Amino acid sequence: MEKKAHVISILVHNKPDVLARIAGTLGGKGYNIDSLCVNTTTQNDISKIVMTTAGSQATVTRIENQLQRLVDVISVNDLTNVESIYREMVLVRLNLTAQNSEPVKKAIDMNKWKVIVSGDKYVIVEITGDKTQIDFSLARLEPLGITDITRTGLIALKLED
Amino acid sequence: MKLKGTQILLEVLKEENVDIIFGYPGGTVLDIYDQLYKSDLKHILVRHEQGAVHAADGYARATGKVGVCLVTSGPGATNTVTGIATANMDSIPLVVFTGQVPTGLIGNDAFQECDITGITRPCTKHNFLVRNIEELASTIKEAFHIARSGRPGPVLVDLPKDVMATQTDYDPANVKFRNYEVAYKPAPKKMAKVFDMLQAAKKPLIMTGGGVILGKASEELTHLSRKYQIPVTGTLMGLGSFPGSDGLWLGMLGMHGTYYANMAVSHCDFLLAVGVRFDDRVTGTIETFAANAKIVHIDIDPSSINKNVTVDLPIIGDTKATLKDLLRFLEEHHYAQDTVSRKTWLDEIDEWREKVPLTYCQNGEVIKPQYVIETLHKLTCGDALITTEVGQNQMWAAQFFQFDRPNSFISSGGLGTMGFGLPAAIGVKCAFPDKHVVDIAGDGSIQMNIQELATAAQYNIAVKIVLLNNGYLGMVRQWQELFYEKRYSHTDMTYAPDFVKLAEAFGIIGLRATKPSEVEAVLKQGLSVNKPVLMDFRVSREECVYPMVRPGESISQMTLGSREIIN
Repeated sequence: MEKKAHVISILVHNKPDVLARIAGTLGGKGYNIDSLCVNTTTQNDISKIVMTTAGSQATVTRIENQLQRLVDVISVNDLTNVESIYREMVLVRLNLTAQNSEPVKKAIDMNKWKVIVSGDKYVIVEITGDKTQIDFSLARLEPLGITDITRTGLIALKLED
Repeated sequence: MKLKGTQILLEVLKEENVDIIFGYPGGTVLDIYDQLYKSDLKHILVRHEQGAVHAADGYARATGKVGVCLVTSGPGATNTVTGIATANMDSIPLVVFTGQVPTGLIGNDAFQECDITGITRPCTKHNFLVRNIEELASTIKEAFHIARSGRPGPVLVDLPKDVMATQTDYDPANVKFRNYEVAYKPAPKKMAKVFDMLQAAKKPLIMTGGGVILGKASEELTHLSRKYQIPVTGTLMGLGSFPGSDGLWLGMLGMHGTYYANMAVSHCDFLLAVGVRFDDRVTGTIETFAANAKIVHIDIDPSSINKNVTVDLPIIGDTKATLKDLLRFLEEHHYAQDTVSRKTWLDEIDEWREKVPLTYCQNGEVIKPQYVIETLHKLTCGDALITTEVGQNQMWAAQFFQFDRPNSFISSGGLGTMGFGLPAAIGVKCAFPDKHVVDIAGDGSIQMNIQELATAAQYNIAVKIVLLNNGYLGMVRQWQELFYEKRYSHTDMTYAPDFVKLAEAFGIIGLRATKPSEVEAVLKQGLSVNKPVLMDFRVSREECVYPMVRPGESISQMTLGSREIIN
């Protein structure tokens, strides 16, 4: 069966250990989590977890069922087949040198990247977008001399209920 | 009313109608034990915490109620893990209370500290660490609710020592917790589909599992089978959910299933699987399992559906409610089986039954283990609650003791835990003091929790141990014989204690039979006394469990020892 990436959105009660339970359930059954994002919703006692995993439809259904068994899980939704928007964010630090500061500034202007911190020796750029956009931006930043990055997991929201 | 944590614990246990707990004291639960000392709640002091969990598990399996145990932190808690995993695999409702070091010390590697909620996360249905006194009562209530609702399972509650010593206001009417019960949703369209499939079927078969016992659906299942003359086979966990003495019963299926049950599964054209999870020991190779059949799978747990075997029609729901609905639907729509095709099917099964019956040969001067079990069945008229250890003893018990009632066969099915039978029997006997409770054991398994003989002796819990002593780890030896050219690597257990003397040393009765002619007398004597008895039957050393489906083969291909049957 065809393996593809699935985006799964999970609503949970914001209880201690809930993330460990979810990660443990998947890990213990041999499934891999490729990316993960967790935070509370508008209600402090309810959190949303968005994770991506890869597998055939049958595997993903199994993952959904396993998660649904957990007491703290409220709902599990596979967003892959419903219209949704996806975003990731990456923070990139570039060290500035005599050689690269001009090309860096040019690239920032041209790509309309958002600079959050700008110093004499470095800049930190924030980029949001879907996975392709971020991959694309990182590819452009790479030759300019990235010194460190932090990339969030994917977040996703259904267009309609 | 202001109460201490320890008092609240006992109050909530009373409200949950807990009449017995199995436990073992220690440092972090001293305060709870002090409260127990002042209470009239019955506590059975086991000799090892694993025994406490198996005893609570046996109690739960026999009664359908939640089993409860109480142990201390650290090693007390880790000793419960095998018991918890055993209950988890077989979906048995338990609440396990563990002591924990004071909250201020958690994470400091304090004496007898361990992260038991972390350790048991993958083998409990859920677990809790109670961090403050305000959430104690609701957490305990929630634990019981989770243990028994939906697909049942074990729940662990970790109780830090300081929380239990704190006081708070307690009013049972104000204890709130979340409800996890999933309401049963009738599915009339699915019932119509089952109707059509059954109508089209010429060779229907029912497969019953542990979910029928847990869901208390035996009556409905039996009615369905008898009314429409549909033969029934069962998994190990399903034994007793359909009367073993009924002509429509084909015995267990799978690796050590009967020839006729495995043939029926392989030839049926419609399989109604109720409360099963299609374990690998049951299916053999998945591709050939019930290959000719439309499969309907009724189970309360969606994660069991299409996990191993892909089915044609899944119905998610409580087994009892679903079977009731199905019966009603069939009746209202006047389902009537085609008597001609049904008779042909039942005749075909009977031919298999006659061709290869479940049998053994008791001749000569050596006791056959199957003969001991058959004699036990005869002497108790089947009216006994049987626990088993794991291995050959378990399979022979499943094959040769006819189970007519649900909750009467108590065995570690999923995890296959050696050392389960004796402590489980103690738990069962506590629930049913007037019934014969017999642990069918092997000489390997019995030594894994033999210390519980002291528990049986202390409280005069009159369990009977039928020890099928062959001086081997019999099932492993059987595999070595069949698949490793008789290289009996570390399975010879001839160096064992004299079990009769051992029984006497524990203060219980020890009996022995070495010849077939002594079997009946020893069993009669053992069953007649109201005391724990260990009966040491020296049985045929290299007897194998047959039929056997070799691992990785189709269940229609069985070996009977001397002859292969390949269909």
